[in-house]
Amino acid sequence: MRYSAWKIFKEGLTGNKGWTPAWREPEPKAEYDIVIVGGGGHGLSTAYYLAKEFGEKNVAVVEKGWLGSGNIGRNTTIIRSNYLLEGNQPFYEFSLKLWEGLEQDFNYNAMVSQRGILNLIHSDPQRDAFVRRGNAMRLSGADAEILGPAEIRKMCPFLDYDNARFPIQGAIWQPRGGTVRHDAVAWGYARGADARGVDIIQNCEVTGFLMENGTCTGVETAKGTIRAKKVAVCVAGSSSRVMEKAGMRLPIESHVLQAFVSEGLKPVIPGVITFGAGHFYVSQSDKGGLVFGGDIDGYNTYAQRGNLPVVEDVCEGGMAIMPMIGRARLLRMWGGVMDMSMDGSPFIDKTHIEGLYFNGGWCYGGFKATPASGYCYAHLLATDRPHDTAQHYRLDRFRRGAPIDEKGQGAQPNLH
Amino acid sequence: MSQPNRIDGGQIDRTHSLKFQWNERWMSGHPGDTLASALLANGVKLVGRSFKYHRPRGIFSAGSEEPNALVQLRKGAAQEPNTRATTVELFDGLYATSQNHRGSLEWDLMAANDLLAPFLSAGFYYKTFMWPKAFWEKLYEPVIRASAGLGRLSMWPDPDTYDHGYLHCDLLIIGAGPTGLAAALAAGRSGARVILADEDFTPGGRLNAETYEVSDTPGSAWAENAVAELAAMDNVRLMTRTTVYGAYDHGIYGALERCTDHLAKSDGKPRQVLWRIYSKRALLAAGAIERSIAFGNNDRPGIMLAGAVRAYVNRFGVAPGRHVAVFTNNEDGLRTAVDLRAKEIEVTEVDARKGDMIVDTKGRKGVHSVILSNGRTVPVDCVAVSGGWSPTVALACHHRGRPEWREDIEGFVPADDLPPGMTVAGAANGTMTLGACLSDGHERGVALAAELGAHGSSGAVALASDETFEIKPFWHVADAKPRAWVDLQNDVTTKDVRQSHAEGFRSVEHLKRYTTLGMATDQGKTANILGLAVMAETSGKTIPETGTTIFRPPYNPVAIGAFAGRARGKDFRPYRLTPSHKWAEENGADFVETGMWLRAQWFKQPGEKGWRDSVDREAAAVRRSVGICDVSTLGKIDIQGRDAAEFLNRIYSNPFLKLPVGKVRYGLMLREDGIAYDDGTTARLSENHFVMTTTTANAITVFRNMEFARQCLWPDLDVHLISTTDGWAQFAVAGPKSRPLLQKVVDDLDLSNDTFPFMACTECSVFGGTPARLFRISFSGELAYEIAVPARFGDSMIRGLMAAGEEFDAVPYGTEALGVLRIEKGHAAGNELTGQTTAQNLGLGGMVSKKKDAIGLKLSERVEMNRHDDLRLVGFKPKDRAVLLTAGAHFLTPGDPADMAHDQGWMTSVAYSPELGHSVGLGYLKRGGERMGETVRAYSPVRNQDIMVEVCSPHHIDPVGERQRG
Amino acid sequence: MIIDHPLLGPRDAAEFVYKGDASLIHRPDGMTATDDEMHDYVYLRDNPAGEHRELWYHEQGDRSWLVVTRNTLTHEISKVELARDVARAEGRGQ
Repeated sequence: MRYSAWKIFKEGLTGNKGWTPAWREPEPKAEYDIVIVGGGGHGLSTAYYLAKEFGEKNVAVVEKGWLGSGNIGRNTTIIRSNYLLEGNQPFYEFSLKLWEGLEQDFNYNAMVSQRGILNLIHSDPQRDAFVRRGNAMRLSGADAEILGPAEIRKMCPFLDYDNARFPIQGAIWQPRGGTVRHDAVAWGYARGADARGVDIIQNCEVTGFLMENGTCTGVETAKGTIRAKKVAVCVAGSSSRVMEKAGMRLPIESHVLQAFVSEGLKPVIPGVITFGAGHFYVSQSDKGGLVFGGDIDGYNTYAQRGNLPVVEDVCEGGMAIMPMIGRARLLRMWGGVMDMSMDGSPFIDKTHIEGLYFNGGWCYGGFKATPASGYCYAHLLATDRPHDTAQHYRLDRFRRGAPIDEKGQGAQPNLH
Repeated sequence: MSQPNRIDGGQIDRTHSLKFQWNERWMSGHPGDTLASALLANGVKLVGRSFKYHRPRGIFSAGSEEPNALVQLRKGAAQEPNTRATTVELFDGLYATSQNHRGSLEWDLMAANDLLAPFLSAGFYYKTFMWPKAFWEKLYEPVIRASAGLGRLSMWPDPDTYDHGYLHCDLLIIGAGPTGLAAALAAGRSGARVILADEDFTPGGRLNAETYEVSDTPGSAWAENAVAELAAMDNVRLMTRTTVYGAYDHGIYGALERCTDHLAKSDGKPRQVLWRIYSKRALLAAGAIERSIAFGNNDRPGIMLAGAVRAYVNRFGVAPGRHVAVFTNNEDGLRTAVDLRAKEIEVTEVDARKGDMIVDTKGRKGVHSVILSNGRTVPVDCVAVSGGWSPTVALACHHRGRPEWREDIEGFVPADDLPPGMTVAGAANGTMTLGACLSDGHERGVALAAELGAHGSSGAVALASDETFEIKPFWHVADAKPRAWVDLQNDVTTKDVRQSHAEGFRSVEHLKRYTTLGMATDQGKTANILGLAVMAETSGKTIPETGTTIFRPPYNPVAIGAFAGRARGKDFRPYRLTPSHKWAEENGADFVETGMWLRAQWFKQPGEKGWRDSVDREAAAVRRSVGICDVSTLGKIDIQGRDAAEFLNRIYSNPFLKLPVGKVRYGLMLREDGIAYDDGTTARLSENHFVMTTTTANAITVFRNMEFARQCLWPDLDVHLISTTDGWAQFAVAGPKSRPLLQKVVDDLDLSNDTFPFMACTECSVFGGTPARLFRISFSGELAYEIAVPARFGDSMIRGLMAAGEEFDAVPYGTEALGVLRIEKGHAAGNELTGQTTAQNLGLGGMVSKKKDAIGLKLSERVEMNRHDDLRLVGFKPKDRAVLLTAGAHFLTPGDPADMAHDQGWMTSVAYSPELGHSVGLGYLKRGGERMGETVRAYSPVRNQDIMVEVCSPHHIDPVGERQRG
Repeated sequence: MIIDHPLLGPRDAAEFVYKGDASLIHRPDGMTATDDEMHDYVYLRDNPAGEHRELWYHEQGDRSWLVVTRNTLTHEISKVELARDVARAEGRGQ
């Protein structure tokens, strides 16, 4: 079914009785060419691009819960390509370009909204670092500007310019950054993949890998054995747990990132704003909620919930730069499990086990990567070669001494 | 100012009247009213508009679960959007307006959306607004955003203050209804330390809203007596207007106390206090929340929960209507009819258990009639609906617990996956009758107190009759032609739920996300179970098979300002001030935030027009005569013990075992991953006593890492560490005249080059006996010293140094001149030590020992970190000497395209060198060491700069180091 | 969270700084370790869902490093030890 204004009009006149399921609920076949483990954003986009761009029709996505129940279902919806390092920036710029044509591509309005992202600067060294970053962005073909306080004031008159502990000295501004309706991304990819023949099997937990002579030949699941020529793991928040079943230890720790949404308010925040002297970032959804967050709690956890010190820290950051939000009420706080890698950058790679592929370690930056991650993973699965923009996301990079460490914190995952 | 719907009875204070304004109209009420009860008393039915269709809406509940009656409270900077009229205590002069309408509340232009409803069904926005592509951001989205949200922020800084507080108790009881009061009485009498928290301003819960008797007194009077008894107990803290909003780890609960929200003004008091309550045990006695039944046009003003109708009649002395239809599927709902008739209000009973139904209602801005399933139209001005009660399980599920379905009450109750230490009692646990709640509360109170070691006499259990609680599952009028609402605030109807199912959104989480059910400010407190039931029915499953979404904190929304507390404005983080801060203030210093520190960045002199004038003068003065800079912010670590040298040798990448006593050595630290981490100097004051300095930025983490190494890696080394960063005031005294200046200051110490050469150190005294430490080290490249005195002498020291330096034209210099001097000299600092570069990159490869084991050495040998074409720190000058360099520019080989593949590095630091008369820079350049004299392009599109620069040694001045050794 | 410090009693977790898996105590000797041993020590983690022995530093307190045994699914803490004692017991002494 093709979605359009005309379709809505027709359905509206006939009692909205003609809508059909956005995807099938198939039983798994005995064998596929490729089985993707994990029906979150990255898994679904991988399936979509495998089918659409690489002609792979015999693909299944197995998901332990409901599709989109991973971190695609609980993030703060920001897209941007404002990275610094050569290993990262071209990949995220590729992702941003895919976002820009995504809705027409998969015929689903995911509300890609490029209202811009503003990273505030509060010191000279920070300005130097952001100029370096902005120039790197420009070199990669992305957009970036350095703004002074006067320009920021025009854009965001509600920030604290006069009484701040860490005065606002400028900002790096990426106009093409913005937000996307996160659930709709999962749904759009799922619907598009399903329409191209991908079987999306929900409520089907993977319990083990099928290994024959050191080669991975399928997965054991709650719905039985599924054989596959290639198994592609893509399970943010469960990477270590799943890969342990294949005997692998990963350069990953799992942490909780809390996120917050306020009650619905008339629009006040134009794009995305981040505080440069504390942990706080905010945008406003199309429904009116202020969507904000800050730092991870900082200890290993799989509990999908956090604690109060970080809640307070985040709100302090918010009040520090925009004290006009004091009377807005925090409506809901939640926590998602982040697979924090040892350098803050992800992996899209074959493992040392033939037939077994791994995509993970996205830290808290996986959402914006969803299209490129899927595309590059599909490229790797279909061609057995890394996509150009993802060639640095190798599992052996620490052995070689080539970390991609944007924050310069080293092998301390909770600092990335 | 009459109150046409005010009737006898209730717990309001009729001896006083309060005036308030609603949508600019003056009205009156009484102490004890909420804004909602006062509006009803004044005959106001229409109070707001729904989110999507802008349907007229009235007051639906009498508590914090309210989905409809959200108002903009107060004026100016103190205004507060989305405030539930049902929880706002009336105060004199209260000002409130309705929200979410264009034009007046009565004639909302946006109500046109309601006519377009067939085209705005669940998820419609995912299927359109995609063509043409550019229109989403230019047209569609702005239109959608314009209609987003409900209330408005004032856009002014929040004028109030908020406090944070910490409380400890044996037993936290959440909810002061019959169960909570009975439990608190029992536990309190037993001697346990109890906190009893309730969100209402009058404790008692449903006892205030019902006509039950407890121990032969009216329920509300019994509650009053219980409260009085609890108030007299030293071991009980009764917290009203306090919402326990979240259950966190290890018995920690978050609670919000509203201190001045019920007053016209805060008068300097904190508006709210955010409490963190540390409890050994918690008893959840949060009661239950009534839910609706979905029938045609069940959202009209005047249609409210049956329990709320009883609350208005019994507690507030207000008749929400004069002819009320009671539509219920349970026995409790029918009590409404009894209570209303007692107030001589006409009632039409519609009992779903007997097959009777309301199928439609009429009256756009206030219900005026209902149409029954038998075809009869009954004129009414209020409908009381009860679809049963849902136990308030939220806090029990904050640790991701999944509640269990109980068929006898048609509701979810907490399972056994409660937060550790929590017990649930009363209606929150599915105990739905009063007598049972009172005894449940009493028994839990006794048992918990005993567990906690309090065994005093708990007194007798209060008695009340147990009415039957009989409910028959009935969720919605299936064949209702008009839309039937499930979620009132977000405008989710039964049709939306069915459509969600038809489109494959069948998981309860998909249902929520696709239709927005339960995502409004009330988080679906009155709607979620109803939505689940309709989904279950549509998919042919049971309600427990369909499941529930996750309960997340906060139970009720909490102001962001309350979470932030006092940490805002200049108080966001504390300031660390240097020992010479006061002196610097007196001497024209301009300060800069450096982490938590506030440091002097330059000292403006009369006649200087801009900062460059000051900085150039200061830097030049250091090179010409002498300057003094407070460097106390550097991290300082005192290291003592027999194995101190061995320990340092394992911490630094370069050797430290053979550092002689009385000498200082520059040290480089790596992280364990081989990356350059921190640098500084370490002085050996005696055989077993070293003093280390670290960078200002890493002072805390270097100490932490050294403690890790000491305690965890090498626990048997005899070494002890103390951070003395705040213990010593330290001043750099730099420049050719630094020696004669200091010679005047030190007691009995010969500073000649022979006796106190470059990199010498000693303990000494200054100004006739003040203890001090002197180090001959140089960051500027000049003859220089750093002298340290205990921090309490820091202020005297700077004054003494400046007085002693007068004859040498000594100047104070700030962080900017410090930066100029070190860039001229080519010393790396924070801009170079990014945590991404190796010692080799820094040109310090020679400091990485191959002959020992120390942190990071092994992994620094990895192949990609030792590539011949790697980055190298070098110096730069502009080809056109008049041009000022900018930090952050990327280097390109002239002729190469400007893209990432051809990126050659970047400029880390720049300064104008008054010594050289032009701008100088440091930067990382690929193969930089081999490219001296080469011209490269410094490309900085974000600063609109694209210039040619010459590669040179990073040591722009005195490359062989004659000055510092002189 | 609350950490029951072996010397100081129950303390709010906010007083502590977290480092990670207690296996970080077992640093291989850089002169004898293989590249793989040092790589695995620095970069690989078990990252279990369940009981986890981990390092916390009492920065806002007595500056002792602790080994805390905590369940990463429930956050329940079952044991708190001084890291120095653990390190010695596990052979880090001389």
